[in-house]
Amino acid sequence: MPLIKPAVETGIVGYGSYIPKYRLPATEVARVWTGSNGELPIKEKAVAGPDEDTLTIALEATRNALARARINPQEIGAVWVGSESHPYAVKPTSTILAEAIGATPYTQAADWQFACKAGTETMQAAIGFVGSGMAHYALGVGADTAQGRPGDALEYTAASGGAAYLIGPAAESLAVFEGSSSYVTDTPDFWRRPTTHYPSHGQRFTGEPAYFHHVISAGQEFMSALGRTAKDFDYVVLHQPNKKFPERAAAMLGFEKAQWVAGLLVPIVGNTYAGASILGLTAVLDIAKPGDKILCISFGSGAGSDAFALRITDQITGKQSLAPTTQAYINRRVEIDYATYTRYRNKLQMR
Amino acid sequence: MRDVSIIGIGQTPVGEHWDKSLRHLAYDALAAAMRDANIERADALYVGNMLSGEVSGQAHLGALIADFAGLRGIEAVKVEAACASAAAAFRQAYIGVASGLQDIVIAVGVEKMTDDIGSKVTAGLASAADAEYEVIHGVSFVALNALIMQRYMYENKLKREDFAGFAINAHANGARNPNAMFQSEISREAFVRSSLIADPIALLDASGMADGAAAVVLCPTEQAREFSSNAIRIKGSAVATDSLSVHDRRDPLWLQAAEDSSQRAYRQAKVGPADLDFFELHDAFTIMAALSLEAAGFAERGKGTWLARDGEITLEGKIPICTQGGLKARGHPVGATGLYQIVEAVQQLRGEAGPNQIANARLGMTQNIGGSGATIITHIFEKVNQ
Amino acid sequence: MTTEIAQHWRLKSQRYQLVGEVCPQCNGKIFPPRDVCPYCAEGPAQPPFQFSGRGQVYSHTTVHKPPEGYEEVAPYTVALIKLEEGPLITAQLTDVANDEVEIGMPVEMVTRKLRTQGEEGLIIYGYKFRPQLATA
Repeated sequence: MPLIKPAVETGIVGYGSYIPKYRLPATEVARVWTGSNGELPIKEKAVAGPDEDTLTIALEATRNALARARINPQEIGAVWVGSESHPYAVKPTSTILAEAIGATPYTQAADWQFACKAGTETMQAAIGFVGSGMAHYALGVGADTAQGRPGDALEYTAASGGAAYLIGPAAESLAVFEGSSSYVTDTPDFWRRPTTHYPSHGQRFTGEPAYFHHVISAGQEFMSALGRTAKDFDYVVLHQPNKKFPERAAAMLGFEKAQWVAGLLVPIVGNTYAGASILGLTAVLDIAKPGDKILCISFGSGAGSDAFALRITDQITGKQSLAPTTQAYINRRVEIDYATYTRYRNKLQMR
Repeated sequence: MRDVSIIGIGQTPVGEHWDKSLRHLAYDALAAAMRDANIERADALYVGNMLSGEVSGQAHLGALIADFAGLRGIEAVKVEAACASAAAAFRQAYIGVASGLQDIVIAVGVEKMTDDIGSKVTAGLASAADAEYEVIHGVSFVALNALIMQRYMYENKLKREDFAGFAINAHANGARNPNAMFQSEISREAFVRSSLIADPIALLDASGMADGAAAVVLCPTEQAREFSSNAIRIKGSAVATDSLSVHDRRDPLWLQAAEDSSQRAYRQAKVGPADLDFFELHDAFTIMAALSLEAAGFAERGKGTWLARDGEITLEGKIPICTQGGLKARGHPVGATGLYQIVEAVQQLRGEAGPNQIANARLGMTQNIGGSGATIITHIFEKVNQ
Repeated sequence: MTTEIAQHWRLKSQRYQLVGEVCPQCNGKIFPPRDVCPYCAEGPAQPPFQFSGRGQVYSHTTVHKPPEGYEEVAPYTVALIKLEEGPLITAQLTDVANDEVEIGMPVEMVTRKLRTQGEEGLIIYGYKFRPQLATA
């Protein structure tokens, strides 16, 4: 169905983000690979430092979410992390996260993957888990330390970052879910086999049949089922693999720049993959006011989109400042060059 | 409790002994000490060593070396207290004789630091620190001492050059010691220009890693004359411990275990710092020399470097240190160092220190430090008028 | 190389959450936990105490020659940090240039990779400290 809701209303009790401090300018990638020739898809991307990974990113975002939620972590019934760069192929990021935040032992924990929508998947499932009464709170996190093949177009944008959402009863929420939707098909636009280090993509196939088909279809059907149009929302946040795709998709769905500009971080952070749309969402939540309505649509290659309609409640007042805002992390930046980036991201063959 | 004396000493040069393994090196020193003491048998053997297990895959040195030295069957054990292992072995030997349970006892300190590559040896040395709360954070042994030196310089408003005197004195004396690892002097400029390992510690603040063995023979003082006309009395012997980690110290800039063991040794010997003619302290790093002088009562807290600045630590000074090069120039084969210090103290008191001889040396002190100050062993020796 | 599993696993709450102890007799805050209070020598095991993670740099040094396993982040700065509740602890600093570190700098705990046991072994996570972050 294009619109789904659990029997009991749920919402976001706490949210948090994390962006590493290092930035690789797109001009650096161009300098090394194209002789500084050609158009640049974004300005710069966030790069995880040598002691960071998806777990450390997920953990700081989660700590920020818990700082805003102010609940007893023992009451969290599920800890779910979505990523395409989990530190282990076998051994869940989620159990380490659950232990570190004090949610163990009575909690569900599992790792999720669905390219860039792995984070929103955990949120969708969390809505169901809480809405069914199986947990008081459920934590959904999307985080990545995305790797681009050197010299490939995606190297300009593949970035590191993440966001965490503590989902709970609507009555305790700073933003209530008015409904959500998931739209998936078997569409091979971007993939990676287990023994290869870098993913492959279908170049122009990643556009119309993949990103646009799923985001637009999911968005149109969802808004229709809600009985709304673009002008009924104050903000829209879309998956952002680059600047062009979300701007065009937003226009196609009937949205104006004023509605999407706050949630479009890719020009200065890059594409944080499982963290992308939901990091954009944290930036909007940082400035949203009671009564605001937000539409958030993710996209994950493979392919699919999750869509959420949120209504901000009175409870948001005072909570935004309980943890660093996404803008605070954006402002904390140190530029690095291509050589330092290859060292930090382990692209050098050491043996 | 019986009075105990040293009747024989032996040492190998400190250096890279590629052709000698632990058992050979230990035997060289041990045999020399036995010859010096005119003995052919012993009641017990205590072997001081830190790294044999981790670097050479060889534990159980007591039995190994006793057998190799032709002393199969006697009581023999390895004693370990990180870089204070050799003095700890000596202390066990002292207790053995003083208690009346043993008569002729040998203590040998031996270390092979060239038996594996640098990183493996460094990892072995790190086991002197707290594995769970220091080493896991990537603090090398040098880094721990650098943390102490950095804060010490901050609190006392010092620069690196204020420590130069320690390195210069050590190398000047080492240049005249045929057994020393480094046999050349260094200049003040070289010290100041020295490259940083972990700031503020530079290459010339740190002692060198190498192989070596040193040994002594002990017996009850009342029997000493049978073996030696040159016996040296042990007047004070004390061991004290402190927290293993630097972060757990009451005062990270004070070697409490040095103060404790020095005080106990002074009390036993009925002497004070002013009575000493020299002090073989544990200058693994220049900062340790400064802190040792303070804790042992030669300088006020924070003023240890003044003694170096004012030349009081040279052979002609008020309190000569590192008379044969110290850890800095003679070298620091970690588990053997404590016995090198004792052998050198005996040389001074016997008048056998050669060009580094201090005139009228009658009373000397040695102090061996394990880890960053967690085990400190102090001994006081006296020339016996015969 | 897969080694030391239990050694690190035992220390989860210390490494991930900076959980120490508080002495019921003298109220002294203890980290690392050690059962017998180092301030008043009363024992045995004390109740757990959650440190805030805030503190100041007491001393620091930059390690240029890292021990094996720490090459990924070298050169890095290690420090003695004075936690606001009292104890001194040893930790690496992160997210700060080595030459920007000063004694007295306010810092806060973050969880990062301490070391990795090669390509096949475990990832050891634990506390490091970074300059306190502005919230906005």
